[in-house]
Order: sequence, then structure tokens, then C-alpha cells
Amino acid sequence: MILTFFDQFSSPCLLGIPLIILSMLFPTLLFPTPNNRWVTNRLTTLQLWLTHTITKQLMIPLNKPGHKWALILTSLMMLLLTINLLGLLPYTFTPTTQLSMNMALAFPLWLATLLVGLRNQPTTSLGHLLPEGTPTPLIPALIMIETISLFIRPLALGVRLTANLTAGHLLIQLISTATITLLPIMPTVSIITLTILLLLTILEVAVAMIQAYVFVLLLSLYLQENI
Amino acid sequence: MCVSLSAAVLLKDMKLLDVKLGQLPSWLAMRDFTPGGILGAIRRGYNRYYTKYIDVRKGGLGGISMVLAGYVVISYIWSYSHLKHERRRKYH
Repeated sequence: MILTFFDQFSSPCLLGIPLIILSMLFPTLLFPTPNNRWVTNRLTTLQLWLTHTITKQLMIPLNKPGHKWALILTSLMMLLLTINLLGLLPYTFTPTTQLSMNMALAFPLWLATLLVGLRNQPTTSLGHLLPEGTPTPLIPALIMIETISLFIRPLALGVRLTANLTAGHLLIQLISTATITLLPIMPTVSIITLTILLLLTILEVAVAMIQAYVFVLLLSLYLQENI
Repeated sequence: MCVSLSAAVLLKDMKLLDVKLGQLPSWLAMRDFTPGGILGAIRRGYNRYYTKYIDVRKGGLGGISMVLAGYVVISYIWSYSHLKHERRRKYH
């Protein structure tokens, strides 16, 4: 069997049963329903604080009709945050490294923001295709450019998340392979590589959280234009 | 604990840690293996873990770390068939 560095991204399977659903459902175990008490347990308190902070941050720039999107944007944010961070544990599988899953998240949500705008305020939505104050001769070219950038958005959303996480996991695997291989040969270089690995892991934790935030933030920006 | 009342508990309702080793096969045979029964058992297990480790006034890191450690172990078991090719051997 030919072993490549990309084998860690193959969808987990046990006796032919795909296990990706279980990897995606696991975060629900980590978010217990808060009971109806005034003072909740520490886990629930922390999660409620996080949820409230995220919702406030996302909803401040949006107008009143945009607040209908609070539930889906906040839950998307929590899902991506947990999935990305859980993927950094050893031997776990990260569903967001699969392009299919990220496109399945990005494309329908982007399309929903577009259709909401085109349905309720078509003139304003189409008006975003031409920035204010452009010189007249540039208008046709700019409209084409803006249309292309509009249609690239879902692709960019999905690929950005996939590429960041895949690259991070791949780098971790490569550098750890280098550390282990160098250990009997040149221990000093191995120690340096180990330091690089530690710094990279810290970076990966940050990237996991930032990428989730960027995904949801961009969606809320597309929503602001259209609602 | 009221030792005098323990004889009145039915075998099929006893908790696993109270069952004697000789009674284990009959205990297993009497348990409820219908989907509703399994769901009930999962729900009971979840509630016991939750009330013991998480839903306490001063819960610590241990409650959630055990869940994450269990997830790592299960992921290892799921991906073992891939991992056994990554060992350092001359012949796999």
C-alpha cells in the first residue's frame, strides 16, 4: 500500500461504514443544554459567555431584519470553532479539511444572502456591483469585475477554510516526521525542529479559531450588503 | 447503605457494579436490548457522567478532559488500519 502524507485526510471508515457523521456530531456532546438555573455550572457559564460575545460581535453591524440570522451564524461559528480545535488532538479527523463539507457550508449560505438581497431590495443589491465615484469610462469593466468577484465568493469561502486547515495539518505531520527522523542522526537539529513544531502547533490553534471567525464574519458582511 | 433492603432489588434492575460475577450472564440476558432500552441506557449513562463531573459548583478541567481523551482513544481505534502501515518496520 502506497503511503502518502495525505492519508490523514482520508475520510474515516470502519468496516465500510463512514464515520465522518460521528466526527461531525461529536461537538454536540461538548455543549450540554443549560439548565434553567440562575447560576449554572462552570462549563455552561463559559459557553454562554462565549456565545453571547460572539452573537453581540456579529449582530452589532447588522440592522433589524439581519438579526433573524443570529441563530444560524452563531451556531455555525461554534460548530467551526469546535471542529477545527478538536482536529488538533492526536489521531482525530477534521471534517473541515474536506472541500466537500466546506463548500456545502459556504455555497448555500452565500446563495441565501444573495437571494435575500435580490428578492427584497434588488436595486440596492445590484447597486453594489458598482462602487461609488468610479470614473465613467471604467464602468463596464468594473461591473464585469465585480460580478466575477461576486461569484467567486462561495468558492473563496470554502477553499480558504479547507486550504488553511489542510496546510496546517500537513505541516505538522511533515515537521514531526522530520524531527523523528533526525533524532538519531543530528540531535541538535532535531531539537530545533521540535521548537519549530511547538511554535507551529500554537499557530495552528490560532489559525483554527481565526479561520472559523473569518468564515462567519465574511458571511455576515455579505449579509450586510444585501439585507 | 441499607443492607437489609438489597435483597429486595430485582436482578435485572441492579447496577452493573453490584452484580456478582456468577450472575453476569443472567443479568445480561435480562437487560433491555430494544432500541428504546439502549437509548435509555445511553441517556442514563450520560446523565450520570454529567451530574457527577460537569454539573457541579466548582467543576474542573477533568470533566471535559476525560471526554476528549475518550475521543482520542476512539479515533485511534477507528484509524488503526491506516496507522499500522506507518510503523517503522523493514517489512510491513
